[in-house]
Amino acid sequence: MKIESNSNQNTAEFKGFSKETLAKFDEIKNHFAAGKEKSAIIRMLHLAQSEIGWLSTEGMDELAKILNIQTIEVYEVATFYTMFHVNPVGKYVFEVCRTGPCMLVGSDKIIEYIEEKLNIKVGGTSADGAFTLKTVECLGACGYAPVLQCNYKFHENLTKEKVDELIEAYRSGIIEN
Amino acid sequence: MKNRKLLLENVHIPGIETFDVYRKNGGYRSVEKALNSMTPDEVVEEVKKSGLRGRGGAGFPTGMKWSFLAKPEGVPRYLVCNADESEPGTFKDRYLMEKIPHLLIEGMITSSYALGANTSYIYIRGEFMYILHILEKAIAEAYDKGFLGKNILGKGYDLDLFVVPGGGAYICGEETALLESLEGKRGNPRIKPPFPAVKGLWGCPTVVNNVESLAAVVPIINDGGDSYAAIGIGRSTGTKLISACGNLVKPGVYEIEMGLSVEEFIYGDDYCQGIANNKKLKACVPGGSSVPILPHYLVTKTVSGEDRLMSYESLADGGFVSGSMLGSGGFIIFDEDQCIVRNTWNFTRFYAHESCGQCSPCREGTGWMEKVLHRLENGHGNIRDIDLLAEINKKIEGNTICPLGDAAAWPVAAAIRHFRDEFEWHVTNKDEAITRNYGLSKEPLIA
Repeated sequence: MKIESNSNQNTAEFKGFSKETLAKFDEIKNHFAAGKEKSAIIRMLHLAQSEIGWLSTEGMDELAKILNIQTIEVYEVATFYTMFHVNPVGKYVFEVCRTGPCMLVGSDKIIEYIEEKLNIKVGGTSADGAFTLKTVECLGACGYAPVLQCNYKFHENLTKEKVDELIEAYRSGIIEN
Repeated sequence: MKNRKLLLENVHIPGIETFDVYRKNGGYRSVEKALNSMTPDEVVEEVKKSGLRGRGGAGFPTGMKWSFLAKPEGVPRYLVCNADESEPGTFKDRYLMEKIPHLLIEGMITSSYALGANTSYIYIRGEFMYILHILEKAIAEAYDKGFLGKNILGKGYDLDLFVVPGGGAYICGEETALLESLEGKRGNPRIKPPFPAVKGLWGCPTVVNNVESLAAVVPIINDGGDSYAAIGIGRSTGTKLISACGNLVKPGVYEIEMGLSVEEFIYGDDYCQGIANNKKLKACVPGGSSVPILPHYLVTKTVSGEDRLMSYESLADGGFVSGSMLGSGGFIIFDEDQCIVRNTWNFTRFYAHESCGQCSPCREGTGWMEKVLHRLENGHGNIRDIDLLAEINKKIEGNTICPLGDAAAWPVAAAIRHFRDEFEWHVTNKDEAITRNYGLSKEPLIA
């Protein structure tokens, strides 16, 4: 596991979770019987990531405290599941599906086009810190391929024109996070 | 052939995602019927009679799975819905949950009653977070109307239902990995036995069923198991959701009666309407990426020349030599311009990425196959590589805790079996293979 904490994106000092998020943590813990609250961890990681922008060590340590578990129990989960970013990412993360059904209808070209358009490679973040490009395995939207997901939103039947519109919409704030 | 719909009949009614509209259209009748006039065992009996087979991919009879559930005194039992739909080519559960969430919730209440579960969970893949919110909204409505919570319909039966997201891991679709994940851990599959029916969630007896299987319980209880069993063909009873994708005119989710011909499904006006861009059919993966690929001459006909049907038996006709599997119903179509080597590499990369890493045959084998296929695809292959792949394959298959290893091995074995000429061409015509694709495979002369 590689956790960096000195990058230029989303690295504002972690000052604890907001009241709203803490209230949500409590609510989710209640979905499980006493002593079984650890089951809430994945959903809490999603919420933590949405608030911080990625999963910093400090953020994960706080989750361990809230659930009264060892920090390693949080790290090992966060690093197993691919939706969690344990390194800083841009404000908008484009996760483009690269698996068979998407490839059959041109996901390779879409990935190349986004690379060109944002002047980054897969895994990279644009100079302004706005976009990170990642490739992911099957998103379960094969009939509407090619597909990308950006912070839980699906964008389907992608074409180069749609990618242009999408980047523009995120840049101008038409699509909110 | 007239196509009856049992699950998606009402899907286009405006507002069907709300309790009131769903209820007005006959929703929650199965809960009333079960709680008012049936014992839990009678509900299980109807599901057994229906012949329903698990819709997640394995096709194991649902009623039989239910009857294995251990019922020790004083130990809670759980029903867990597997909504971790991640098999490449499969997107039917997403469609059902998004369009008609109450159908799943109704199926879960009726099924939980049958199994004697008082707490049930829907484990949904994290990427479907927006559907988690749709489900939670529907669940809140069901609580509000007295179909969930304490003393449902005044019959003394209590049930709580929660939705739990995953975090992006294909392996969590395997039921024991799912349970690990639901316990807040890494999704490493467990050694079986003990099976979840004996020791599942938090060590308690647990049934894990796919979304579509649980939804199918609704029409089974409403109309009776016999009536469900009368639909379909042979041991493939009822209807099946098929998610069609790849190079098709009209990809999407279709509810078909088991027994529809594959020909009709691919080319029929009511279904996929043929291959996109007037191309020819090259191959088909009929049940999600894990099942064997079929070359064009084995898609609509079996090796003995009979019409291939959309059913467990007909798609498996010929075994792994000339058949495939219905699997999850993830139906992927390849046109004549697609490269089988490239696709096999792509699928193998998927499994290499998704292997949890517990068992070395799978962890190392999938990565090794991915590298060999990558060099074949990119013109650096050697003719011996083809047999090497077959050999690695044999070393993975059957030697792992969970079926991910098999799922990774089968597609490679099938691709080499049916498209060996194309693999060889990638070695002998390296430069050409980079600039163009092979085209259709030659039909072997069958004596």
